Amino acid sequence: MLTLIRGGRVVDPGNLDGVRDILIEDDKIIKIIEIEEDEKSFASGRMGDPREARTEYRPDKIINAFGKIVTPGLIDMHVHLREPGFEYKETIETGCRAAVYGGFTTICCMPNTNPVNDDRQVANYIISQSLRAGMARVLPVGAISKGLRGESLCEYGELKDAGVVAVSEDGLPVMDSLLMRRALEYAKGFGLLVISHCEDLSLAANGVMNEGEVATRLGLAGIPGAVESIMVTRDIALCELTGVPVHIAHVSTIESVNAIRDAKQRGVPVTAETAPHYFSLTEEAVLEYDTHAKMNPPLRSEQDREAIQEGLADGTIDVIATDHAPHSDIEKEVEFDRAANGIIGLETSVSLGLKLVEHGILTLPDLVEKMSTNPSHILGIENGVLSGAQADITVIDLDRAYTVNADNFQSKGRNTPFNGWEMKGKAVLTMVGGKVVFEDM
Amino acid sequence: MQFTKKDILDMDSLTADEINLILDTAEHMKEVSQRPIKKVPTLRGKTVVLFFYEPSTRTRVSFDIAAKRLSADCHSISAGTSSIVKGETLVDTAKNLEAMNPDVIIIRHPSAGAPHMLAKKLKASVINAGDGMHAHPTQSLLDLMTVRERKGRIKGQRVAIIGDISHSRVARSNCIGFTKMGASVVLAGPPTMIPMAVETLGVSVTHNIDEAIYGADVIMVLRIQKERQKGFLFSTEREYSRVYGLTNERLKNAREDALIMHPGPINRGVEISSEVADGPYSIILEQVTNGVAVRMALLLLVAGGARNVDAD
Repeated sequence: MLTLIRGGRVVDPGNLDGVRDILIEDDKIIKIIEIEEDEKSFASGRMGDPREARTEYRPDKIINAFGKIVTPGLIDMHVHLREPGFEYKETIETGCRAAVYGGFTTICCMPNTNPVNDDRQVANYIISQSLRAGMARVLPVGAISKGLRGESLCEYGELKDAGVVAVSEDGLPVMDSLLMRRALEYAKGFGLLVISHCEDLSLAANGVMNEGEVATRLGLAGIPGAVESIMVTRDIALCELTGVPVHIAHVSTIESVNAIRDAKQRGVPVTAETAPHYFSLTEEAVLEYDTHAKMNPPLRSEQDREAIQEGLADGTIDVIATDHAPHSDIEKEVEFDRAANGIIGLETSVSLGLKLVEHGILTLPDLVEKMSTNPSHILGIENGVLSGAQADITVIDLDRAYTVNADNFQSKGRNTPFNGWEMKGKAVLTMVGGKVVFEDM
Repeated sequence: MQFTKKDILDMDSLTADEINLILDTAEHMKEVSQRPIKKVPTLRGKTVVLFFYEPSTRTRVSFDIAAKRLSADCHSISAGTSSIVKGETLVDTAKNLEAMNPDVIIIRHPSAGAPHMLAKKLKASVINAGDGMHAHPTQSLLDLMTVRERKGRIKGQRVAIIGDISHSRVARSNCIGFTKMGASVVLAGPPTMIPMAVETLGVSVTHNIDEAIYGADVIMVLRIQKERQKGFLFSTEREYSRVYGLTNERLKNAREDALIMHPGPINRGVEISSEVADGPYSIILEQVTNGVAVRMALLLLVAGGARNVDAD
């Protein structure tokens, strides 16, 4: 079967940025076709029906992408799919559907399921469920330690063979510095990435939101920024000690951004991600005790938010990942300090990222880099609009305006602070392995 | 002036005019409590539910007496005896209560914001009787009433609040309440017990108790909880008492007419010495008396006030 993606602006940082046709045979991209000058005017809509062109390839299906952005499939390297164990919050199927509706072709799911993803059975189960769902590619992240207990290493070799791409204790930090050191060294032997959730649990104590003016006013126990940066600094030190790359999850503070920037300048192989809420919101969102603004790390101050944006702009932060964390009302319709941490993100991430482009903080290629190119490099997976590559492609309509309505989400989660937000721009087509898994053209 | 608030949640949401109205009403209510027959029929047929998720003696009895002196039917539920122990959520418990048509729900809860959550969900009036470290508006109002009664006015008074400000809902509500009414508030305590950015509430901070006491018209002492040693907030009660405890010796630096207040229960010999607690300037028990009057006033005002027809 031949599919032609016709006339979109292909934005694949480091590879190409220009209007191209993309010819796909079954699951592979087989040809990237330059567009003739006269045809380019199709893009501005001045000429006739674009479907009339390119008949020489006799495609079975033509996707009209004129005026749209075509990117390599977006990758969200930080997602909680909740299955096995918490299927009432999300299943692999609903999570994968949310992913492709949000424009993601590949997602990495964190191991804090029940049972924990710390052996091949669980990893196999996750992958088989994702294949059954048949939408996004799911790359499981295994646990660093058995049962996330911080006591002994998991069998990384077995996890790797089962298809795990990285290890992390996400949701929990590795408090034991020796374990963290050994995890880095041991993971290196299997080519697994280590993703670190940075949080000093002793300093965080019983905190439930950012420490500062809002927490003081609301009478909520605070979590100072140092809770994160202390551990970011430790992990950078361990990264230097071992020479093994470490990827810092969900960066939320100015101190962390500064520490990572300094480390990168010294040549330390550290990479970092942030989530859309950390560049879109501040602790002010917690006023009125809104549990949809409760997550870990917490929403920070305006100064932190600006630092996150600067970190994205100057390359200190490599990746935008959502930390998609679905919860049900049972966990969120409760007192603030008792509410579960986390918000969903898969279906709002592209639109929130595009706000950074709209405000001139990132260019469009920068955004694609943070949501596709860099994650694929960090994870060591193939991705890109290249002849011979697997056909994982996202089409984005920059002009599509809409209002977020959580009730329409594919995710089981409704826990978003962005409900009712006015957005401009979204993913309108998601193709995984040559198959259109979501289309809203 | 008509009182239109459905709920009494914190001092932030009350205007100075509303606070004055509450205090004026409370003065009338105080007179009721001094009669030989301490009961008026004003709230006959109204139902008040006391919903206490945290242990309390003073505040609960105070509300109970206040409701009964106004002839309301008052029912008391505590966490240990209700379906809360069976795992029901706060919202479900409250909705079940509401199905029985109470007029006022008075809630004390260890979680900051719990009364806000209920107020949004319920048609009944909600009065916050203390939520976590957030607010204790009825305590603040009774403190304001007591100071106004003793000093004639609140405006221009210098109020020192001494102790664990971080964990005190009384301190938060009084910072907001006293500054709103024109007093100046200075906080004192070990730096471990002063919350970050507390100056944004319009108060000043010192770590020297003598500095706070000097020139103060009102000295309010907060209870020190022994379990805070676990969070490393102070070393020992012995040292706390030596450095921050209010004693007659320290009071020598205070104005001669300084009033000594404490929201109770007091730890004699820790944050306050017996001689000060029982001394001529202590108005700790007047605070308790006025507590009933203020709570009567609030019940009267909200039970006659607007209903939240939009609550879902």
